[in-house]
Amino acid sequence: MNAPTLMALLIILPALSAVLIWTCAHRSGLAWAWSMISTTLIFALSLVLFVWSWRTGADGERLINSAGDFFHTQGVAWVDNLGLRFSMGMDSITMWLVMLTTFLMPLVVLGSRSAVESRHREFFGWLMLLQAAMIGTFIARDLIFFYVCFEFTLIPLFFLIGVFGSTDRLKAARVFFLYTFTGSMLTFAGLLYVAWYSAGITGSWTFDIATLTESAQTMSTSQQGMVLLALLAGFAVKVPLFPVHTWLPLAHTEAPTAGSVILAGVLLKLGTYGLIRFALPMVPEAAVDFAPYIGVFAVIGILYTALICWVQKDIKKLIAYSSVSHLGFCVLGIFAIAGNQHLGQSGAVLYMVNHGLATGALFLCVGMIYERFHTREMRQYGGIAAVMPVWSFFFVFFCLASVGLPGLNGFVGEFLTTMGTFLSRETLGIGYAVAAAFGMILGAIYILYMVGKIIFGPLKLPESNGHGPDDQHGHHAKPRDLNSREITTLVPLAAACLFLGLYPTPMLRSLDRSVEQLVEPARQVLVERSRNDEHADTALVQIDARKLEEGTDR
Amino acid sequence: MTLMGEKLATIGPEMVLSVGALLCLFLGLARSARVRHATPLIAGVSLVLCIVGPMAWSAARPAAPGEIALVLGLAATPMAAFLKITIASIGLLLLLVSYRTPDQLPQNIEIERSGAAFDPGQTTRGEFFAFFLMSLAGAMLCAGADGLVWLFLALELTSLPTYIMLVTTRQSTLAREATVKYFFLGALAVAMFLYGFTLIYGATGVTQLYTTPVTEGLATVQSVVAEWRQEGQPLPLMLLVGMGLAILGISFKIAAVPMHLYTADVYQGATTPMTAFLAFVPKTAGFASLVLLLGTLGWPLPEPIAAMLWIMAVLTMTVGNVLGLMQTSVKRALAYSSIAHSGYMLVGLLAGSAAMEAGQPVVASGIAGILFYLVAYGVANLASFGVLGCLKRQGEEAETYQDISGLHHRHPWLAAIMLISLLSLIGLPPLVGFLGKIYLFAPAFFTGEPAMIWLVVIALINSAISAVYYLRIAAAIYFGQPSEEVERDEQTARMTGSGIAATAAVVLGLGAGALGLTDMLAKAADQPGKVLIQPADTDGDEAASEDRSNIPSATAGRN
Repeated sequence: MNAPTLMALLIILPALSAVLIWTCAHRSGLAWAWSMISTTLIFALSLVLFVWSWRTGADGERLINSAGDFFHTQGVAWVDNLGLRFSMGMDSITMWLVMLTTFLMPLVVLGSRSAVESRHREFFGWLMLLQAAMIGTFIARDLIFFYVCFEFTLIPLFFLIGVFGSTDRLKAARVFFLYTFTGSMLTFAGLLYVAWYSAGITGSWTFDIATLTESAQTMSTSQQGMVLLALLAGFAVKVPLFPVHTWLPLAHTEAPTAGSVILAGVLLKLGTYGLIRFALPMVPEAAVDFAPYIGVFAVIGILYTALICWVQKDIKKLIAYSSVSHLGFCVLGIFAIAGNQHLGQSGAVLYMVNHGLATGALFLCVGMIYERFHTREMRQYGGIAAVMPVWSFFFVFFCLASVGLPGLNGFVGEFLTTMGTFLSRETLGIGYAVAAAFGMILGAIYILYMVGKIIFGPLKLPESNGHGPDDQHGHHAKPRDLNSREITTLVPLAAACLFLGLYPTPMLRSLDRSVEQLVEPARQVLVERSRNDEHADTALVQIDARKLEEGTDR
Repeated sequence: MTLMGEKLATIGPEMVLSVGALLCLFLGLARSARVRHATPLIAGVSLVLCIVGPMAWSAARPAAPGEIALVLGLAATPMAAFLKITIASIGLLLLLVSYRTPDQLPQNIEIERSGAAFDPGQTTRGEFFAFFLMSLAGAMLCAGADGLVWLFLALELTSLPTYIMLVTTRQSTLAREATVKYFFLGALAVAMFLYGFTLIYGATGVTQLYTTPVTEGLATVQSVVAEWRQEGQPLPLMLLVGMGLAILGISFKIAAVPMHLYTADVYQGATTPMTAFLAFVPKTAGFASLVLLLGTLGWPLPEPIAAMLWIMAVLTMTVGNVLGLMQTSVKRALAYSSIAHSGYMLVGLLAGSAAMEAGQPVVASGIAGILFYLVAYGVANLASFGVLGCLKRQGEEAETYQDISGLHHRHPWLAAIMLISLLSLIGLPPLVGFLGKIYLFAPAFFTGEPAMIWLVVIALINSAISAVYYLRIAAAIYFGQPSEEVERDEQTARMTGSGIAATAAVVLGLGAGALGLTDMLAKAADQPGKVLIQPADTDGDEAASEDRSNIPSATAGRN
């Protein structure tokens, strides 16, 4: 078996297990067991692929120093005269995001052992299908294949929220679906436009991402602007960027734990992945032009949602809003385009992975106490450290990882994106960085505020304990702390957070070339413009004339 | 071979269907119940012959590689061949879905039950299948039409049987009301497009639309218009008005605004399998006719026609989807969705095939888009109505959201079929509806006009709106509480039909390329009306290809 086959298996296996679970797993435990086996197997496969690529990489290079091109490329024709291919490949960005997905999935399945009471088959079947779609989105090298997987993620999550969510699940499922679907419809129009434009240049109708990226760069600024808007319509909703973030808190709060973990851990990254993979290299001029405005929205998102977090009463909602705030950093990093470095973009990719780990873990933690007490209201809890020390330890740990305590993984991404913003004076600059840094402070405030309320202080437990009847004096039975299954779920996450926090260098180095390639076109635009500006200093009149000319050319 | 003979030979499948229809009609009156029960079988066999015959024939001709199915060995336009096979295939599924419809009518049950003397005046089984086949034959004739008179008769042959089927298949005032509405509005529409046809005839002096081997050397509407355009003359107002009226009249068949008013009532009033029939067959016939008619003008269409179609497209999809949102009946919601889908297909009609003729790939042809979308819409539509037809609430047909609520708990397979068809109608990948959208909307970009690009944006926003009510149906099925009163009708054939259609939506979505469907499409979309495949004898081949290069002049005389 070679690496490309291995990669294709990453999509095929989960899809197959979904079908198996739906058709064969009639006993309730079987569905869980099968998805456990399947996700673990897939993680093992992706690990093999990872080590393989890390050691050998494309044409003998090591991934860590690779040229940043796609490797393990392969494809199967889908519809020839429509230019559709199931073609896939990986670069290091993709590799890390796939690893994040395959790493989270077994933990999610493990954590959902007791989460669903009925309709197990559906639950785990949809989870498997969701995994296939997510991995497909990352490794697709055909634009429509990407879009197919991107869109397909909606269906499993629609059912996960709608069937297994809490009280307001119907509304949440529909709002989630329609919001993101509407956005991605506009993206679809944009992608078709790019394909048509590219067909005009290259003379052949194709959806190959590399070809489209190359030809799209030659579009005029106004065309690029339209395409960027179309891309933003889909991706910004998915991220979600302020002000189109309103679907997220609802979806997160109502979703079952597994849904929330995957939503925060991986699905939101589809948006930022789309931005960095398509928006930057395809429409570099527009990206440079729009960066300050997008940056403003990102900063508003960071600050505004951080303030919302501060006043949240619902733990899950708080973490959901904190995701919006954190993803704001990510977007800021992506659009921190500078002529001489790409710290922001590297940081953004790092942040995607780190946020997936930390926030995913937080949602798992919240799910665990929700299973015990059946409430998410913060004021009903207090001093849990006294009765559930193990849970409290993990919760505090992941909270700190999430706010970016140095030494844990959140810090690296946050630092790099802010640094990148600070240094990119051509597009964003110091003002944005200061505002974002202020967001970090707010982040620390609301998270610690929540930790203080729930974990420390006098003991307070919700009325409905769910574990043994209350005694006659109104005292609650002591809730049980985490069992070994739950600890097994959280330990790998904690280990990953710690490792990536202490030693992010290999990851950063492996990302370097791939990210650089994606940023390169935008950087060229900047270089070109600064050259023009130098001319302008010497011959102001000439440049005016030329700009006029350029204007008429366009 | 004589002219008459050649012409007849191009309509092989239609003749097979007509023979089948006549057999059904006679055998339906037979004294023996067993013979009467054989009528659906006869209908099925004649449909299978329509599919297998041409395919076997073209397989037996390895000399012409890549050639798409020929109809009984003689010339037919590739578009017609494609549509005929599509109509026959989906017709077969429709037959499965409506196989038991006549059995459930009270009068037929009465006849079967009483051992008394058989009264031929009471039974309607044979008639149903006979008209079923005739209507399909009419749609096929539309696809192969090369003249205005033929087109008119074919459109009528498609519609007239449906009026009778509509009223005889359901014993309810709703059905009668639906029939009356459908008939009178239909008659109005016929008057409109017939008047349009006469104006086209008046402007051009011919009724022949395209040149076929049979009419080689004679003037046609296409050649007359081509000549006018070549000379830079403006098209006469009479022609444009005629075309406009024809489009309006035919938009009744495809349920497009402003001739959509009957749709919801008629679809609701009809028995559900019949609704599936009405939502597919007349629509296919209508789009085939529109492609053929507008094909004579050539793309890009003349300004007034294009503007009219643009407005119609926007209104049709928006009205369909917005009104679809407000329905409390699933059947009506699906009826409005059928209107909306016509709106999407009008985008393809507007884009047309100009870009493809200029050497662009197939994806540049709106005709290919329409043809593919007819398949995509056909299977999804059939599956959704088929599932609805499998449910009964206290003996009545299920149609409200409550009726299908919690369907998943009781009949997971029916629920899954419905879900697939809904997702395909939304256009979610990787189902066939998604491919249909690429085929339909990509050509609009190739026109290079901003108005067309905006039309695509409007269409995509519309499909987001449509997702609201499709999802409401899906949510009712999967998230709702099951209702005790709703039962599954024992309809193995109906369920099988919908199941096959839903499977097709998945298989075609993933494997349209591998199955060769898209290659067939590439041929079929090439210039409507153009005869690509010549009669089998080689002499004729050469002669015809020489002749084809000379565009017959308008002065050659009337047809």
